[in-house]
Amino acid sequence: MISLAGRDILHSWSKFVLTGLGLGLLIGVTLSMAGIYRGMVDDAQALLDNSGADLWVVQQDTLGPYAEPSSLHDDAYRAILGMPGVARAASVTYLTMQVRQGETDVRAMVVGFEPGQPGEPGRLVAGRHITRGHYEAVADVKTGFGVGDRIRIRRHDYTVVGLTRRMVSSGGDPMIFIPLRDAQEAQFLRDNDAIINERARTAANPALNRPGVPGLLEAIQASQTSSRNVNAVLVRVAAGAQPEQVAARIRRWKRLQAYTRMQMEDILVAKLIATSAKQIAMFLVILAVVSAAIVAFIIYTMTLGKIRELAVLKLIGTRNRTIAGMILQQAQGLGVIGFVVGKTAATLWAPVFPKYVLLLPGDALRGFVIVMVICAVASTLAIRAALRVDPATAIGG
Amino acid sequence: MKRPAVSRKVVLIALGVVLVGTFGFIMARTGPLAATRVTVVQVEEGSVTPALFGIGTVEARRAWLIGPTTAGRVKSVQVDVGGAVAAGEVLAEMDPVDLDERAAALEAGMARAHHAIAAAEAQRQDALARHEVAALNARRYQDLGRDRFVATSAVELKVQEQTSARAALAAADSNLAAARQDLLRLQADREGLRQQRRQARLLAPAAGVVSARDAEPGSTVVAGQAVLRLVDPASLWVRVRFDQGRSAGLKPGLPAQIVLRSRPGQPLPGRVARVELLADAVTEERIAQVAFDAIPEDLSVGELAEVTLQLPTGDRGPVLPNAALRRQGDATGVWVAAHDGLRFVPVRTAAASLDGLVRVADGLRPGDRVVVHAERELAAGSRIRVVDSLAERGK
Repeated sequence: MISLAGRDILHSWSKFVLTGLGLGLLIGVTLSMAGIYRGMVDDAQALLDNSGADLWVVQQDTLGPYAEPSSLHDDAYRAILGMPGVARAASVTYLTMQVRQGETDVRAMVVGFEPGQPGEPGRLVAGRHITRGHYEAVADVKTGFGVGDRIRIRRHDYTVVGLTRRMVSSGGDPMIFIPLRDAQEAQFLRDNDAIINERARTAANPALNRPGVPGLLEAIQASQTSSRNVNAVLVRVAAGAQPEQVAARIRRWKRLQAYTRMQMEDILVAKLIATSAKQIAMFLVILAVVSAAIVAFIIYTMTLGKIRELAVLKLIGTRNRTIAGMILQQAQGLGVIGFVVGKTAATLWAPVFPKYVLLLPGDALRGFVIVMVICAVASTLAIRAALRVDPATAIGG
Repeated sequence: MKRPAVSRKVVLIALGVVLVGTFGFIMARTGPLAATRVTVVQVEEGSVTPALFGIGTVEARRAWLIGPTTAGRVKSVQVDVGGAVAAGEVLAEMDPVDLDERAAALEAGMARAHHAIAAAEAQRQDALARHEVAALNARRYQDLGRDRFVATSAVELKVQEQTSARAALAAADSNLAAARQDLLRLQADREGLRQQRRQARLLAPAAGVVSARDAEPGSTVVAGQAVLRLVDPASLWVRVRFDQGRSAGLKPGLPAQIVLRSRPGQPLPGRVARVELLADAVTEERIAQVAFDAIPEDLSVGELAEVTLQLPTGDRGPVLPNAALRRQGDATGVWVAAHDGLRFVPVRTAAASLDGLVRVADGLRPGDRVVVHAERELAAGSRIRVVDSLAERGK
């Protein structure tokens, strides 16, 4: 049996292929939009995965360290290490800032970590781990830095010794890992002008600058510039211990807030990125609807374009089923080409996006089914039009 | 122009093949089907030279705070910051207030004491003379009384006179001694006052350089407060803080490289001069003093310095980059890329160097191929593709 659809496609193949390509790009945009949404959620997940923690211990009554500021004394980890069920605990700091390299700067999340403890960068794609206690950094490749680069964070220069991949903050900013002591200084030490102003202000205070008490002013000024705070303590629970129980004990006895992985995910996904995720989802829905409408119109106009041919087919006695089948097959073919082009295009341009775009195979599969269903539904409109063609138009014109 | 259907068919098929081919290629290179790109390295037999890294500030081993021992007003300051001073040089003077007047009063008091001594001396002479006369009289009356020429009562009277004269002589002796003691007291007072006067001048305890001038003439300072600060520039060293977790092997005598913040490209040789017994419990750091082999010119106290200490080279063993170490649960290990697939081998690190090499104590043999960098988290069943380098710059 001759494939009517195939014949028709062969007849006007350039039109068909170009339409398929156009549709494909539209599907590509839709898939990318889904990928952007997935990427946002994955950024949040990656942040939690990479920290390598089971529990996040933060300041009481805060949703820190990612969603809200949190400040703890940096010896809090010692008390937590002594709790039952805690295997390892380490202080970390997080600070989102512009990191300078020469003339340019990059927005990055600077992480202060203790080597060998939770919070350290897990695997590298280039270079080595930090070996010195100061002035070395491991950066994410997204920052654009290379091994051996000198970068500036506040007043110190750091040497990039290693690179990571997919180490991002919940906002998608690449991370830069530096030793905890340096990060504390970067976070809490003010700039030189502010320090000098503060010294002058303290010296002008007669209660603090007493003539009869030498050394008091110096002591106060020294205490003003040193800071011993961190943002969170990351905890790994011992094998066999229940994270929820350990968290409950920390909350009860240490007067600190402790979040489990589940709670942290909830905070990040449900609270931190909720609005932007909804925004993307809304756009995704509109795109899907628009794509469906466009597919329907394309198939409809394609059918209208060959009214005369359809009339001839009717005149020679072709059955309605055959004609409907031809239009459906063409629509499905268009859908397949569109999907393949779209998936290819989305995969090709995904790495170019500044933020992470995650194309899940499940999403692609779902997208494929939806495209086919939309094509099938859209072809009904064209089929109705084709079946209503009067065979007389073939002769009468 | 109408092309034959066959050629059209061929073009269409070719287009289809290209499309499906691209699609298939992309599916195989990305997504869950793709192999994880890794770099591998062969474990080598070797040794690592561990080193310690710390930061510190330049400080003076010998520094002095020069100030008065009593509260007072600064009268003059002779030297300024940066000035070199010799041992014993007068640096500043405190206002003596009434010290000179009190010294004049004491001088007058001493002159008066001298006169008092002279008066006492004269009184003693007088008493002595009276006593001698009284003694002669008494003896004479006693002789006469024995021969009964005078009444007994007259003899007793003369004896009593002699006793009184002796007592008066003793009193005059005591008066003289008291006057002399008075003089001694005044002399001691004057000596004390002179000492105080000398204390008002602030002298350099040793040769050095003035590092701070904390009080100007006219300002009042309390006892112990510094007017000037002095450091010995020949005693500058670096007070270095080492992370306690990475301070194993820290001991005096280790060779050091000191990089001053003002000259990042010039490491200066030095040596650990002292390791402090007390570590900082708050910052979790140990403190050591590193002395320069030769103190550089224009060194400033308080300058930041990075110090690297070279420890002796350790034993030989399997050596690999620290980027190869992974943590799986509680175990640290490496992924060994064997012919039959990936295998996680727990290892124990024995030594690490600052350039990122570690020597492992057990678990690996030289010649094993281990995964260093990986694109994704690896698992035992992961398919890998070995590449030379993973990091494309700027991506």
